[in-house]
Amino acid sequence: MSDALDVLDQVGKWKNAGKGVAIATVITTWGSSPRPVGSQLGVDDSGAMVGSVSGGCIEGAVVKEALDAIKDGKPRLLDFGVTDEQAWDVGLACGGKVQVFVEKVS
Amino acid sequence: MKTETIAALQQARTKRTAVTLATRLSDAAETLIYLDKADGAMAGDATLVSAARRAMAIGRSETIDLGGQKIFLNVYVPPPRLIIVGAVHIAQTLAPMATMLDFDVTVVDPRGAWATSARFPGVKVIQDWADEAFQAMGLDVSTAVVTLTHDPKLDDPALESALRSDVFYVGSLGSKRTHAKRKERLTEAGITEEQFARIHGPVGLNIGAKSPAEIAVSILGQIVEVRARRLEALAGPKVVAA
Repeated sequence: MSDALDVLDQVGKWKNAGKGVAIATVITTWGSSPRPVGSQLGVDDSGAMVGSVSGGCIEGAVVKEALDAIKDGKPRLLDFGVTDEQAWDVGLACGGKVQVFVEKVS
Repeated sequence: MKTETIAALQQARTKRTAVTLATRLSDAAETLIYLDKADGAMAGDATLVSAARRAMAIGRSETIDLGGQKIFLNVYVPPPRLIIVGAVHIAQTLAPMATMLDFDVTVVDPRGAWATSARFPGVKVIQDWADEAFQAMGLDVSTAVVTLTHDPKLDDPALESALRSDVFYVGSLGSKRTHAKRKERLTEAGITEEQFARIHGPVGLNIGAKSPAEIAVSILGQIVEVRARRLEALAGPKVVAA
């Protein structure tokens, strides 16, 4: 049910329905992190989500970047840590760090 | 990610084929690496292909550094299988729970009244003797086998086949007394002490389970644990990505 391929199934359906779609993937983790490397979140151009890249801590920020990626087509590499005063206004309560790659589905 | 890549990953799942998707982070260029071939932008890179095959062997996705380029290897291996011998009450809770945990579940029982799709919606049901069914399915290292019938003429052939294969988990329902008798019978059938020791019996984690659903939780908890420890041992210490 939470299988990465089920996320891709939904992403494929959105794409076939003519929607703009992006995929975010956890590509590196440090310390404790809620979802393992390879976990994916699919986002369509209305902001609908499938899957997850954290326990809900960073999804909001990731969706915002995914919507931008759908518009400009450029891949993005996002870093999220526990403090996150610098780049992002969200962090992980668990104290871990994750790196998320966001790309448009073409 | 390309739409064709999604289609290729879905096809690999249907065929129970392992595949790694290598994505170059600088430009999102994609390469699909299978055990016997590779397609895409970096298919000719021997270092990448061998790293991807290692990642598939241990079932772990990771980011690697290849000549200054960061490449993410996302591993898609076929889901583990759970074969439940005995289409009994516990199986009716164990099968859907295991499906939720992404196991590919099959229920085997030769008794027509038990092995029905009506009792197991959405799960593969085979009405046959376990040893016959196992032969057709092919037991492998990503398979777990649990016997639930209590009936030696149904459980024993299943256990014999499972213990002679390299399945990662064998569990058998029954009290300590039942298990001791089982040992006598299987030893007579030529199962060695070492092979018999692979059976988790009495089956499941000791969580005081009583109801069928609780017993299913205890069995699944044990299967998840055994599988995780095995993959950890195969992978060795976690390497921190650059």
